[in-house]
Amino acid sequence: MSGLAKSPARRDPPFLVAGLIAVAVAYLALVVFLPLVIVFVEALRKGVGDYLAGIGDAEALSAIKLTLLVAAIAVPLNTIFGLAAAWCVTKFDFKGKNLLVTLIDLPFSISPVISGLIYVLLYGANGWFGPWLQEHNIQIIFSVTGIVLATTLVTLPFVARELIPLMQAQGSDEEAAATTLGANGLRTFFLITLPNVKWALMYGVLLSTARAMGEFGAVSVVSGKIRGLTATMPLQVEILYNEYNFVAAFAVASLLALFALVTLAVKTLLEARFSDELAAQRWR
Amino acid sequence: MSLEITGITKSYGRFPALDDVSLLAEDGEFLALLGPSGSGKTTLLRVIAGLEIADGGAIHFSGEDLLATPVRQRRIGFVFQHYALFKHMTVTQNIAFGMKSKHRRERPSKAAISAKVEELLSLVQLDGLGGRYPSQLSGGQRQRVALARALAIEPKILLLDEPFGALDAKVRRGLRRWLRELHERTGLTTIFVTHDQEEALELADRVALLKDGKVEQIGTPEELYHDPASAFVFDFLGDSFQFPCEVKDGKALIAGQEVPILGSSPHVDGPATAYVRPDGFVVGAPDGPGFQARIRDVLLAGTDARLDCVLDDDGSIEVRVPHAIAEKLAPRNRISLAPREVRVWG
Amino acid sequence: MSPAKRSWRFVEPSALPGFGPALGLTMAYLSFFLLVPLAALVLRPWEHGADHVFAVVSAERTLDALRLSFGAAFFAACVNAVFGTIVAWVLVRYDFPGKRILDAFVDLPFALPTAVAGIALVTIYAPNGPIGSIIEPMGLKVAYTPLGVMVALVFVGFPFVVRAIQPVLEEVQIDVEEAAATLGANRFRTISQVIFPAVLPSLLMGFSLALARAVGEYGSVTFIAGNQQNVSEIAPLLIIIHLEEFDYAGAAAIGLAMLLISIVMLFGLNLIQAKVAGRGER
Repeated sequence: MSGLAKSPARRDPPFLVAGLIAVAVAYLALVVFLPLVIVFVEALRKGVGDYLAGIGDAEALSAIKLTLLVAAIAVPLNTIFGLAAAWCVTKFDFKGKNLLVTLIDLPFSISPVISGLIYVLLYGANGWFGPWLQEHNIQIIFSVTGIVLATTLVTLPFVARELIPLMQAQGSDEEAAATTLGANGLRTFFLITLPNVKWALMYGVLLSTARAMGEFGAVSVVSGKIRGLTATMPLQVEILYNEYNFVAAFAVASLLALFALVTLAVKTLLEARFSDELAAQRWR
Repeated sequence: MSLEITGITKSYGRFPALDDVSLLAEDGEFLALLGPSGSGKTTLLRVIAGLEIADGGAIHFSGEDLLATPVRQRRIGFVFQHYALFKHMTVTQNIAFGMKSKHRRERPSKAAISAKVEELLSLVQLDGLGGRYPSQLSGGQRQRVALARALAIEPKILLLDEPFGALDAKVRRGLRRWLRELHERTGLTTIFVTHDQEEALELADRVALLKDGKVEQIGTPEELYHDPASAFVFDFLGDSFQFPCEVKDGKALIAGQEVPILGSSPHVDGPATAYVRPDGFVVGAPDGPGFQARIRDVLLAGTDARLDCVLDDDGSIEVRVPHAIAEKLAPRNRISLAPREVRVWG
Repeated sequence: MSPAKRSWRFVEPSALPGFGPALGLTMAYLSFFLLVPLAALVLRPWEHGADHVFAVVSAERTLDALRLSFGAAFFAACVNAVFGTIVAWVLVRYDFPGKRILDAFVDLPFALPTAVAGIALVTIYAPNGPIGSIIEPMGLKVAYTPLGVMVALVFVGFPFVVRAIQPVLEEVQIDVEEAAATLGANRFRTISQVIFPAVLPSLLMGFSLALARAVGEYGSVTFIAGNQQNVSEIAPLLIIIHLEEFDYAGAAAIGLAMLLISIVMLFGLNLIQAKVAGRGER
């Protein structure tokens, strides 16, 4: 990238360079850094003791557990889905393929609140299946099940989105070669396809985990926000904030922010080291 | 042990890729599938391997119905145009993959597999490179790994898709000779696809020339070159010039001159088109028999000398003549060009 | 030429296995998680009649909420289009210390949970917050106003424009710029007439993505908005309010309206983008 700037044709006047860099840095500082810094400042406002108390609180701990549980269900589900969807979209030609790809992307453009709403319309007390569920004593909305459903929908495209362009570009020559060499479908998939997409798969899993743990809108519609039971970390942040328990709210928020920072770091690392295996370019 | 292909058809949507193709490859034969892009040659190769599924027709190998056999049980070695090596595996792992994919009961022991890998590595002259990854090899080396990998399953037939397509000219020539020798050693029925007529004519025992999903002609390189079945075959196997002519009593009348007709294809009297190769002209003095022309340029580099000529009748041609003749000529000279012999199609 | 034997087939035959199970799983999964629930969104608004749908959607409160959601999202996307372009330009073209960290942090709004962003933003812009305490005496109120909604949406949409433009800026051929320079164009002319047109289609794409994301955003907005009826109440919040009143049909009606407006809007933006992109190719 530094080579780009070398051509005299690309040299901008120094005052312009300095000005633009200043504008960009200031904008990033205002829009991105300041909110991040505030989270930690507020969390530690009353000292480390209060901070640790906020995190160690029983409700906070159960929120952390619930959040991890939900992610641990939603992300593997979407990973299996992403692999299956990418397999049929990229290795086969069939009618309606473009429509299928559009559908897979659709959850990205639906408001999270609507993503929660549609499950309430189905399984809520007044939902289509509400009466039947009540009869059989099954609770979906205002329970962990509902949170898992909403979180799964919100994070549904991530893995598939990372895999499809890459597998498209890779084509299916290697799979065809494995088949002519006598490998069966499972052997081909696990020994050839999966190793070829492993970094993109990890990338997708990373992004969907981050989103699953941080999802707020969809989850807040279906959860009922029962403290200690159906409150995920982001919901716990809201509950505490609305009770003016700011230090505790920011303490829980700081954990989420830390996780976001780790996500960014891993993401940056993956992009730097495996850019060709993430984007659709290869040495061939 | 021959491969018998009968009436294979295959279409992509409306586009017919293979249209009733029938072929016979004898045991141990080295057969080339030659044709321009879109002629269906790669599709045919992939159908034989089972990588494409034909709409109709049959393929038998020594009596066995190949199309009814699943791809992975066909034991057909396939070398992909871009090799399709498994990038995350070493050369050794690539070559061993097929043997390790066998059902437990048939799978050779670990020792047997590594012995076989070593044997194949030395066969393709890559001894000592077994630990490398494909990205650490040159194009020609990758090509040979792909070949070793295909041979490892002890295939009944070997199929090569544009085996030299991705290599530069010099490597290509070396590999060509090497592949021919390898074929002589293994004696495996081998079919390869190419769009390069020179490659097909030089390497193959027989050549099948495809056009628009049909076999235009099949025969030895000599048969194709010396007795082309159609204008397309003649044109595809080398440069040619075309002139309108009049066929009469087994001779072609071109530019007021009677020229003998070559080839065994029958021709009826009447107007037709004559085909001549660039070296098929006799250069004569101005106003001699044949076409009247003016030399634009004399090119003396190369095995043959070339004369770039403008015809009085319109158009320009570049003919090939012995150096001895060309050396006496200069630009702006006027000459006559008489076709020695022609081929004629309607 | 023999006619194709089967003129229509669902899937091209292939040597690779697993199409049936893979597509089956994909469709079952999509149906369960997306299609059936979306069907409920499309069908349920009408259960109390079309009049009810119309009444809900045309209520002053709903209209205000929709106007706020779409309006604030549009202005936020515009702000990001301008500053996102500058940030992308700086990141691609200039070298300076800390650039890589800056580049990594562009994605923070993707990674930071919206609720966290929400409480952080309201703390910053509240009357006693680090920025609020400076600008409120100057008469600029952000927290608990529509302006606050916009600030939150700027945060949420920021990465889209930058990430859309960056790869294109990197690809602009150096020789094109050199050619412009040898033809006597000054930098301003080169940038405005050579580089900007090349970047415009992806700028529009980034704008659309930021807009789509912002329209439906809830978590980061709800804290700073103050949620004052008819003033700073966004459409997703209104859906939740209807749900809490057990008015499923009403909630679904607003959801459906949002979805339809988004689709029309994005379709229009796509058309413009295709037109702009097509101009460059010819």
